Parts: sequence; structure tokens; C-alpha cells
Amino acid sequence: MSILLVAEHDHKSLNPATLNAVTAATKIGGDITILVAGENCGPSADSAAKVAGVSKVLKADNASFGHHLAEPMADLIVEQAKSGGYKYVLAPATTMGKNIMPRVAAMLDTQQVSDIIAVESADTFVRPIYAGNAIATVQSKDDVKVITVRTTGFDKAAAEGGSASVEDISASGASDLSSFVGQELTESERPELTSAGIVISGGRGVGSAENFEMIEDLADTLGAAVGASRAAVDAGYVPNDYQVGQTGKVVAPDLYMAIGISGAIQHLAGMKDSKVIVAINKDEDAPIFQVADYGLVADLFDAVPKLKTALENLKQAA
Amino acid sequence: MKILVAVKRVLDYNVKARVKSDQSGVDLSNVKMSMNPFCEIAVEEAVRMKEKGLAEEIITVSIGPSQAQETLRTSLAMGADRSILIEIDENVEPLAVAKLLKGVVEKESPNLVIMGKQSIDGDNNQTGQMLAALLGWGQGTFASKVEKDGDQLKVTREVDGGLETVGLKLPAVVTTDLRLNEPRYASLPNIMKAKKKPLDTMAPSDFGVDVSPRVVTLKVTEPPKREAGIKVESVEQLVDKLQNEAKVI
Ligand SMILES: Cc1cc2nc3c(=O)[nH]c(=O)nc-3n(C[C@H](O)[C@H](O)[C@H](O)COP(=O)(O)OP(=O)(O)OC[C@H]3O[C@@H](n4cnc5c(N)ncnc54)[C@H](O)[C@@H]3O)c2cc1C
Ligand SMILES: Nc1ncnc2c1ncn2[C@@H]1O[C@H](COP(=O)(O)O)[C@@H](O)[C@H]1O
Repeated sequence: MSILLVAEHDHKSLNPATLNAVTAATKIGGDITILVAGENCGPSADSAAKVAGVSKVLKADNASFGHHLAEPMADLIVEQAKSGGYKYVLAPATTMGKNIMPRVAAMLDTQQVSDIIAVESADTFVRPIYAGNAIATVQSKDDVKVITVRTTGFDKAAAEGGSASVEDISASGASDLSSFVGQELTESERPELTSAGIVISGGRGVGSAENFEMIEDLADTLGAAVGASRAAVDAGYVPNDYQVGQTGKVVAPDLYMAIGISGAIQHLAGMKDSKVIVAINKDEDAPIFQVADYGLVADLFDAVPKLKTALENLKQAA
Repeated sequence: MKILVAVKRVLDYNVKARVKSDQSGVDLSNVKMSMNPFCEIAVEEAVRMKEKGLAEEIITVSIGPSQAQETLRTSLAMGADRSILIEIDENVEPLAVAKLLKGVVEKESPNLVIMGKQSIDGDNNQTGQMLAALLGWGQGTFASKVEKDGDQLKVTREVDGGLETVGLKLPAVVTTDLRLNEPRYASLPNIMKAKKKPLDTMAPSDFGVDVSPRVVTLKVTEPPKREAGIKVESVEQLVDKLQNEAKVI
């Protein structure tokens, strides 16, 4: 059995989500080949070669993969999957994986299994459905299995310790179906939301973009990432990529704080596997308290500054 | 332009799914069913394009049981011109849905297909990408803005790091994200008018598509329940618990 794993990376380094997907691949079993496609992506390919458990890295370095557009990427992946005779094609369920992999699956005439959180056996996988309110165990009958991996379901493979060979593959990737026009990426010094150990999220209760700075300050005290409910994103307090939930990002940090968030099913879907959940809400009946390990019924405008001070004092005392 | 929109009937987003005790699936008897929210956004976007004079005709398609007619009527009340129901009682997987939609595209020759990014029941997030692949078209997924730019479509996409804009050669497939628009409510007169709009019913066999499942559901269980936690009285107590009990700070 052999597995082709499509790396999520920014050309300079591997995205940690790739490491979670490697662990899923290890559970399936078999030789793992990582495909690194990009532009001047040598550093990513070199990092991929060091990941424990990886046998080979394929590097497709070409300007046409510079933005990971779905059309050239899918052509490349399908070509490699066929020529290499891979039985599995995996990618982390990031927006890139979600965009490209179903296209790959259709081209290979196979029914993708999305967002797996566990591997039961070589053909049987576990995945959440209905916003995580039900967990399905599914068996794939397809000869080639195309799978996306929910990163919170698997630990990260060790980034060091492997010594795979890097093989250059030539692929032009030319496609006139789509072109890159531009991007507006959120710049932040904070840890990345989906891999952070602590996430502090604010909701509609925070009230405005200005007030949201309070949440960000609190996060900075803890070295945490900042998340949000959809209502906070819709109201324009924060950019879209902060959204945690069924249709946003799924996180499972050691500590998740939901501040001014009611706890709608769609929000819970994205954070209820966190190890410890704290909720601060002025409504004692807010559904978020049903999943919170520690609930504080309070006005956030009072509690958040106090919490920040208390944490700063703690840091100083340490 | 002619626009095709795919709409799915799903458990209403306000209803919490209940797992059947025999673990065969989610209980859908006597629960409210509605149009998948992302599909509502897709219909709304098509209707806005028509209102702007960018499109002449909007056709909506649903693959599902006869009750999916209601979903299609809703789309007609929102402003679609006519509908096609591909009737089947069993759940159809994304690849088979994409193959059926490909059949509809070949019959109707739309310049654009708009779909939801994700059905909120299966949470697959596949069908639009698959349809684009089968047709050999470009795809603009998770769209938060769609603009016609000459004979191109400019699609702004919600991605992990923020926003990305791509140009697509038409025809193309677009899938909607939540912030693309806010779907309208159908007015009563429009609901009445929708009853007279054409709705054709077809069968999967009309398209020669094999819809038998490739991925078999062995069981569906409830997610592990979280133990109910405690309420703390003060910020001080919270910090103490986090430090000394949970040991996470
Ligand atoms: C298809 C679909 C997908 C969705 N996907 C997502 C998703 O991925 N993620 C997501 O989050 N949502 C999602 N939603 C939206 C979701 O249904 C809820 O509307 C949303 O999560 C509500 O956000 P909120 O809790 O911030 O706002 P609200 O529900 O309005 O809650 C605000 C809370 O703040 C509290 N509050 C107000 N003022 C204060 C104060 N001063 N101090 C303390 N507490 C205060 C209130 O008591 C209340 O509980 C989706 C919806 C749909 C239809
Ligand atoms: N049975 C169906 N009938 C019509 N459209 C569907 C169906 N299943 C999926 N779709 C379309 O594909 C989108 C994504 O669905 P999915 O890939 O299942 O998450 C939906 O929002 C619909 O636009």
C-alpha cells in the first residue's frame, strides 16, 4: 500500500496541519510520499523530507503552483496518483485541501471521505456529520481512496527524524481555467488559530471592533490565538478567517475561552473538543455553559480587564 | 447568461440532530426540513445577478425525495424561473450528485453553476468541486464576492489566511460562503406566483448515472458528551482553577 499526501505549505515552510495528516497516513499504514507543489518551494520540500515516517518527497516547483489554484493542482495530483499507483491520496482538511481534493476525487472517479477524525482500518474511517452532533463510521469501497484529514483528530508527526529523498518532478501545470488575481491575508504575530495551545474567542457580545482589542490584549497576555463567532465576523469586528465553527475553523486547544458567545450548535462544532473550555457570558442560561468546564456569569467588560490583570500578576510572580 | 443553481433539502439548521438508537443514522422523522443555508445564498446570488441584468434565466435543481419539491418552490419564490427535481428516496453521495448535475448541465448549457460550499447534514464540501472537475471547468469555491468582469468571473474566496481573489473563465462553478449575501425571504405574492412556475421531475436513470453508494455508513453514534462543568464565582476563582486544577496556564 502506498499513500500520496499533499502538503499544505507556504513555499518556505510546512504548515503544521501537514504533520497531523502524516499521523493519519501512518495509521492507515504503508509508504508515505509527500507531494510538495509550489513556487520556489525547496525549503518546504526539505522540511517534508525530515518528517518522521515519510519515505519520499516529490517536489513540483513551478510558478503555476505558486497560489495552489485548484485546476493545475488537481491535474498534477491526479497525474502523480496514477503514475505512482497510489492507493490513497490524502490532504489536511484546510481550505486548500477542501478546495482541491474533491476535484482530484472526481477525476479519479472515487467518492472522497471528508474530514476524518480517526482511522479504524485501511478502509474504514470516522468522521463527524451534522455539525459534529453525530459521528459516522464509514467504509470506502473505492479502489483509490481520497481523504481529507481533520487536523484536530490526529497528533502531529515529529517534524524531525526522517530522512526521505527529495525527487524533482517536472510538471508545467499550465491551465487557462483560472488565474490568481490577488489576496488579502490577515497579518498577525499571534500563533495560528488551528494549532495554538490557547484560543481566546469573542462573539457578538463584544460589541465592536474597538472592543475586540480587549480580547486581543487578553490573548497576548497568554500568548494565545484569537478566534471569533460568526456573528462577530459578520458584524465586522474581525476578519473572516477568525471564525470558529461548523463552517469556519475547527480547533481543539488545551484551553478555549468563549467570551460573549452564546454557544450555537454551529459554533460548538468548531471548539467542543477543546481540553478545557471557559465561558464568560452575562446570561446564565447561555447554552455555552453546557459545554464549559468553568463558567463565569459576568459582564465581559468587567471580567476581561480583571482577568488580564490577574494573569499579568501571575506572570510576574512566576 | 443562464445560471443553474443546485439546492438541497436538509435538516433545518436550528434543529439539533438526534442519532437513532439503532445507530443507523440521524432521525429525520417529524423534524423540520429546510433548504441548506448555503444553497439559499446560492439562489440569492443568482437572483441578484438576474436583477442586475447579468442573467436571463435561473434554473434550480434538487436531487432528493418528492418533498424536495418544497425546497424547489422556495427557490422559485425567491426568484428562480424554473426547477428540476431528480427524484430519489435514498441519500445520494456527492460524486453521484455531481454526475447527475453534469447531465443537467449538458442538457441546459448554463454559463454558470452556483452551489453551496457545504451541505450542513453530511458536511461533505465536495459536490461543487467535483462538478467542476467532471465538466472540465474552473471553480471558485467558498465565495464571499462574485463579480462579472468582461467574459471572466472574479471570485473572492474565504481561505484560511484571509481572502483570495481568482479569475475564472466562463463557464465555471462557484460555491458560496456565508458572507456572500443575505438571502431574502420570499414574499407571499411571490410564493403564490412560484406555484405556477414550471417544475419538471426526472429520475437518475434519465441521466444513466449509477447512484449506488461507494462509501457505506457502518454506524452513526452520538459524540462523546462533555461532563457538565462548574460555575465559578469570580475572576480570581477562575484563574485559580485554571492554574491549579486544570493546569492550563
Ligand atoms: C449555515 C450556518 C453556518 C454557521 N456556521 C457558524 C460557524 O462556523 N461559527 C459560528 O460561530 N457560527 C456559525 N453560524 C451562526 C450561529 O448559528 C450563531 O448565529 C452564531 O454562532 C452566534 O454568535 P454569537 O454567539 O457571537 O452571538 P449571539 O448568539 O448573539 O450571542 C451573544 C452572546 O453574548 C452575550 N453577551 C452580550 N453582551 C455581553 C456582555 N456585556 N458580557 C457578557 N456576555 C455578553 C449574550 O448573553 C449572548 O449569549 C452559522 C449559521 C448558519 C446558518
Ligand atoms: N442532493 C442534492 N441536490 C441538489 N444539490 C446538492 C445535493 N447535494 C449537494 N448539492 C449541492 O452541493 C453543495 C455542497 O454539498 P456537499 O458537497 O454535500 O457538502 C450543496 O450546497 C448543493 O448546492
